[in-house]
Amino acid sequence: MTQPIKTMGESTDAVPPPIRETSRFKNALQELKKAPLTAKFGLLVISAYIFVALFAPLIAPYGESQIVGPEYEPWGHFVLGTDNLGRDMLTRLIYGARNTVGIAFVTTLFAFFIGGSAGIFAAILGGWVDSVFSRIVDILMAIPQLIFALLLLTIFGTSIPVLIGIIAVLDSTRVFRLARAVSQNVVVMDYVEVARLRGERIGWITLREVLPNITAPLVAEFGMRFCFVFLLIAGLSFLGLGLQPPTADWGSMVRDNATLISYGDITPLLPAAAIALLTVGTNFVVDWFLHKTSGLKS
Amino acid sequence: MTSPKKKENHPLLKITGLHIEGQSDDAWIPIVKGVDLTLDRGQVLGLIGESGAGKSTIGLAAMGYAQPGCRITAGEIWFDGVDLRELRRRERRSFRGVRIAYVAQSAAASFNPAHKLIDQFSEIPVEHGVHSRADAEADAIDLFTRLQMPSPETIGYRYPHQVSGGQLQRAMTAMALSCRPDLIIFDEPTTALDVTTQIEVLATIRDIVEQFNTAAIYITHDLAVVAQMADKIIVLRYGEIVEAANTRIMLSDPREDYTKSLWAVRSFKKTAAAPEPEPVPLCKVEHVTAAYGDEPVLHDISFEIHKGHTVAVVGESGSGKSTAARVITGLLPPLKGQVLYKGDPLPPDYRHRTKDQLRQVQMIYQMADTALNPRQHIRDIIGRPLAFYLGMRGAKKEARIRELLDLIELEPDAFIGRLPGELSGGQKQRICIARALAAEPEFIICDEVTSALDQLVAEGILRLLDRLQQELSLAFMFITHDLATVKAIADEVIVMLQGEIVEQGSKISIFSPPHPEYTELLLSSVPEMDPDWLDKTLEERKHLSIKSADQ
Amino acid sequence: MGTILKLIAKRLATGLVVLWLVSLIIFSGLEFLPGDLAQEILGQSATPESLAAFRKELGLDQPMHTRYLKWLGGVFHGDFGKSLSNQRQISELIGVRFANTMFLASLAAIIAVPIALTLGILAALYRNTFFDRLINVLTLSSISFPEFFIAYILIYLFSVKINFFPSLANISPDTPLWDRVYICLLPAMTLTLVVVAHMMRLTRASIINLLASPYIEMAKLKGLKKARIILYHALPNALAPIINVVVLNLAYLIVGVVIVEVVFVYPGLGQLIVDSVQKRDMPVVQACSLIFAATYVLLNLTADILSIITNPRMLYPK
Repeated sequence: MTQPIKTMGESTDAVPPPIRETSRFKNALQELKKAPLTAKFGLLVISAYIFVALFAPLIAPYGESQIVGPEYEPWGHFVLGTDNLGRDMLTRLIYGARNTVGIAFVTTLFAFFIGGSAGIFAAILGGWVDSVFSRIVDILMAIPQLIFALLLLTIFGTSIPVLIGIIAVLDSTRVFRLARAVSQNVVVMDYVEVARLRGERIGWITLREVLPNITAPLVAEFGMRFCFVFLLIAGLSFLGLGLQPPTADWGSMVRDNATLISYGDITPLLPAAAIALLTVGTNFVVDWFLHKTSGLKS
Repeated sequence: MTSPKKKENHPLLKITGLHIEGQSDDAWIPIVKGVDLTLDRGQVLGLIGESGAGKSTIGLAAMGYAQPGCRITAGEIWFDGVDLRELRRRERRSFRGVRIAYVAQSAAASFNPAHKLIDQFSEIPVEHGVHSRADAEADAIDLFTRLQMPSPETIGYRYPHQVSGGQLQRAMTAMALSCRPDLIIFDEPTTALDVTTQIEVLATIRDIVEQFNTAAIYITHDLAVVAQMADKIIVLRYGEIVEAANTRIMLSDPREDYTKSLWAVRSFKKTAAAPEPEPVPLCKVEHVTAAYGDEPVLHDISFEIHKGHTVAVVGESGSGKSTAARVITGLLPPLKGQVLYKGDPLPPDYRHRTKDQLRQVQMIYQMADTALNPRQHIRDIIGRPLAFYLGMRGAKKEARIRELLDLIELEPDAFIGRLPGELSGGQKQRICIARALAAEPEFIICDEVTSALDQLVAEGILRLLDRLQQELSLAFMFITHDLATVKAIADEVIVMLQGEIVEQGSKISIFSPPHPEYTELLLSSVPEMDPDWLDKTLEERKHLSIKSADQ
Repeated sequence: MGTILKLIAKRLATGLVVLWLVSLIIFSGLEFLPGDLAQEILGQSATPESLAAFRKELGLDQPMHTRYLKWLGGVFHGDFGKSLSNQRQISELIGVRFANTMFLASLAAIIAVPIALTLGILAALYRNTFFDRLINVLTLSSISFPEFFIAYILIYLFSVKINFFPSLANISPDTPLWDRVYICLLPAMTLTLVVVAHMMRLTRASIINLLASPYIEMAKLKGLKKARIILYHALPNALAPIINVVVLNLAYLIVGVVIVEVVFVYPGLGQLIVDSVQKRDMPVVQACSLIFAATYVLLNLTADILSIITNPRMLYPK
């Protein structure tokens, strides 16, 4: 081999500043510091909810479905009063974080697993696999999600596994669309062609070439899908078709205590506010994340 | 109808101390750093520079305009005795379109898809109260005729998507002329066009500028083009002026090293003659016909590539040159015909080829940006073929990666742990070359590998490829639309047009007459650095057409 | 014009196929109902004879495709069969309720569409200003609120605190129009708040996208007035995306109505489907699902066809 010669050609070629591995974590911290107030608020809310969900039994003053006093006690002795069956409102709220949020989270995970993998495969394989998957999703999406969920709940009855299964499958159609679209943008890249021509198998292409390049939109979508699933489950529970008693759940808590509102008592709004606060927080974080990863567009 | 020319004593345009900043990540960074220029009436100024030199930004600033995300921070822009920066928004607006007009790079994107050409043409004179609608339409037909557009009476009544790219570019030039402005900014008006279309558009632009005695700023990265168009040239780099001079002086006697290096680019020539061809060609394409779906793209083409040779495939967009490469790599199985490697047929579909067959044919792409996975480190990018084809592991693999980085003239310690985003365009292309070499192939397909790079960097890549060919006796199939590159590196040349091979043979035979008609057209359309080239070529063509008309 | 008709015909055809498949899915719901439907309805004490008679009456003794054709034929004549829980004709149950639901959704749309479009266009034009950011935060919050939360807040404010609107939206077929509007205002406001946020954000995004196109920059460089740039250059191209946004949100309204109807005890289709799901009254659920789904499919179909005919590339082919 001959002695390498440094060509003068490179000198005109602008090199972006190097980003060292070690500084990435620092960068992330700095980004966090620069984040808008809304995003910080969102992160704070999310961490608080995770904390409450994890340590519910330690924080809650009573047992989840323990009857502690008369019905509809006002605020005072029991911090937030009691519900329609005489259970402590605060305790129910705390356990609700665990149940409602936990189930929505698990459902979203399933939806991502199903829709995400199908979407990526459809994009990579193309051809008839893509057509078949896409047509199935088109049909499933032709029926409004809530209506479809109601129909399926009538058929299969309401239990937690059924609820998770139905919503995960229905919501995976949305994940499929997004995963397929963003994967398609990556699949047309020359580096994927390079990998194909090298003879790589689909596993390598999925995990090493495509997935690392679509994590940002997928993470953002996860946040949004979570909000959507969370609201859908809360909505179903509110209709009496979601989580079943005596499990503490924010949607059904609103429904069970709604009568209080006509007497000017806002207690039933608390679980609804708890739902809203988490989705607002998550949406704020997602919004900031999207703004960051899309290169300051919008 | 020309605008009244009052105070003739000052230049038409005088820009002093222009500073422009652009927004990047919450911070403002300078793009143009103190540029001065003057332009007299009827004069054409060429702004030349590589990407990121700030030439388009300066061109727009001459209209008192800064793109969203940019701001003019300092300087004066005197147009016909008025500082555009000092004007109020409404007054500044009254200059645009009427006295200063703009011709954009992509006419296809710059015409509104929802309106007919004539409506977009008439809009300027009518909205600014210069002409009535009827006069404007009549004028449009006149200009379309002068710009030699086909069926000038009716073409204006079409929608942009119904008109070809070259015609749209002319229509946009006509639109710029609608109020007979004093100054037109041409922002890379021919970059998106094929060479054979480019020469025609260049000729009409120059004619029209002369006819109306319009001053112009002509922005381009192509030296040969600017040599034809401009009276004087300003060379820009990193938002600063490197050198400014009259065109002929600038071409014959550049002062600055950077300018000299730009001018010297086309001097590179292949260092050694190709070896004697071996009896069996390395790669042989036999009677291949291929189509995308129902659309045929290749019609019965055959050619050979020998060990250690460089075969350049030239043609304009849509000629099928890249499709030929896709057939060889197996991405597009042909309808008819076959591809032989060292005498043995390759399975038509890459999915049916063995690892070794895949290893032997490697490919380098035009856009190094999209050919490197942005999430993989250089070590993994080059290391993967080593592990995949050659089963290398651990220290042996690491040593080989470093060897390859040395080979492509990048410092291993500095680069092995980087991500592609931390490299320049030229360095990325070198990594792509290293990845191809890692498979230890004998045959590499280079698809427009230098077209996305600035000229000097492209030159470096060509030198590298040439050196590698000498050292490793590689065969290259070099797909390009750039004839200068062909002249520099090819041993054999294949000329393609609409999916067929028009001519093939050794470089000398292709570049010396007589040529088939299309080769002639293609060759004569490539701009040369000689400022008289356009005149000469047009003159020759006129003679030819007179001759053929006589016969 | 030939190609555009062909495109529309093709889209209509796929729409019909989708509708047919949707009807198939909804119908087959009954088949997957676990357990014996007759047993479930008549209870454990039913005699085998009465079970058999009941099955015969429902047609359960016939093969599936015969029943599907019969069901579909019935649907075309407005006959959805009988309710399992009260034996009434389903068409009687849904007739008035469907009209009520459409009334509520239309009322919400009439309020929401102009507000959303105005806000969306303004936010796009005054991008990155305080106004834009405020709108962004507000709409993001509004999207994040569960519908019933918004509904109860409105009830708390407007009917408990100031007693301005009724908290229950009870209407009957002979309620006069203006009373209806008054009664429905609170539910309609709830729907408006939910849907405006979505619609406004989408409008803003598509306008911003449009304003970044080179032909808008060209229009600026032609020295045109801002009003002309917006009205002549941006608007004709914005039409297709805006129509899409509006129609998609109308489809969303149709569904969003379910929860709002339950909160306000409004006699609409949403209320009916929720009640029937609780009673597992499958024929009624099927009928309601079919109506909701068909409306949704038709709205999407309209959106697609409108965007075909507002695209100049389609209208004036080469």
